[in-house]
Amino acid sequence: MTSSTTRPTVATVWLDGCSGCHMSLMDLDERLITLAGLVDILHSPVVDPKEFPQSVDLTLVEGAVSSEEDLHKARTIRAHSKYVIAMGDCAVTGNVPAMRNYWDRSELFDRAYVENAQEPASPEERKALLPLVVVPPLRPHATPLHEVIKVDVFLPGCPPPADAIWFVLTELLAGRVPNAMSVSRFGK
Amino acid sequence: MRPATSTVESLTLQIDGKDISCRSGETILQVARDNNIDIPTLCFLEGLTVWGGCRLCMVEIAGSPKLHAACATTCAEGMVVSTASPRLKEYRKMIVEMLFAERNHVCAVCVSNGHCELQNMAVKLEIDHVRFPYRFPHLEVDNSHDAMRLDQNRCILCVRCVRVCGEIEGAHTKDVKGRGVLAAIIHDLDQPWGESETCTACGKCVNVCPTGALTHRGTAVGEMTKKAQFLPYLTLMREAKS
Repeated sequence: MTSSTTRPTVATVWLDGCSGCHMSLMDLDERLITLAGLVDILHSPVVDPKEFPQSVDLTLVEGAVSSEEDLHKARTIRAHSKYVIAMGDCAVTGNVPAMRNYWDRSELFDRAYVENAQEPASPEERKALLPLVVVPPLRPHATPLHEVIKVDVFLPGCPPPADAIWFVLTELLAGRVPNAMSVSRFGK
Repeated sequence: MRPATSTVESLTLQIDGKDISCRSGETILQVARDNNIDIPTLCFLEGLTVWGGCRLCMVEIAGSPKLHAACATTCAEGMVVSTASPRLKEYRKMIVEMLFAERNHVCAVCVSNGHCELQNMAVKLEIDHVRFPYRFPHLEVDNSHDAMRLDQNRCILCVRCVRVCGEIEGAHTKDVKGRGVLAAIIHDLDQPWGESETCTACGKCVNVCPTGALTHRGTAVGEMTKKAQFLPYLTLMREAKS
């Protein structure tokens, strides 16, 4: 990908979501080719670089903020992006990842790794295998993106339809702030 | 809401700059809707008594410092009503945002997705996110009834179900317990719905519920559609009979 100084730059990030919003982004189909002609995509689950770039014009964020790593990423995104777009219901409302919030984290771990697990045989051994190291710690609640950083544009939908993503992107590239409720809704 | 006596007089008032005439005793909401002026509501349902609980239909009346619920305020001669000022629009947005924040309205996995009055209200009022922190309360789903289900997560306490059960079906199985955020719909003396001795399983509550709080069992995401059309018809037939 050649980078020209005049082309706007775009990043997409996948926090605690199912990747459905990115699938919907892929559903832009042939418009992806048009998009590739309009912007430089610097960072995304579908491109190589692992570090978030120093400066990006538009960052689309999928997923709720669930772990300490998500929070760290969200803050980096905010510091390095001109416009942050909360893409999809998980980023906008918490949605399905936030359904764990009705319980305490210890109850969740018990349910997933002790109660509902079969190996190893004894519950005590299963308890010893709780994924509490190496993986990022879960925050007490999965929250919408705007509860931890300032969000500029909200694009609800589960997932937002490709047409809605296209509308929001092209409006922003044209220098207008889009009203996403004209093209999507919670749960769409 | 026609007055019982024959002293029906004609009134003139102004709603959003439009001169309108109506009969005395009519509410601002009725008159506005008759004249294609849309005032949003959630707890109001034609055929049930006026509740005035959701506060979405609040309007401004010239000369009055407070806001008035259009569903519960009768028109008066010379009244000047404003239904869509920036202040009212902002309050309506706040009310609906607070409803979303108060319980767990997870549209994406709700049986009423696509057929929900709360979801549609968010679109109508252009609510693209909720500015208040979500509470994420742990609430129960009552699955004890053979045919119907009560999901407290989706309830907005409009009490349409309580009213239809008491006023139309005459069973009064449903009621409300608690206050504030702890308020909740109950059956009989707060027992599981399936154990209720007064419920006739008529299903009217399901059909008047604006959200996915009351649904038929066995419905998957987006499958629950409601039919509240029976209500004005039933009320009309009863009025004709009496």
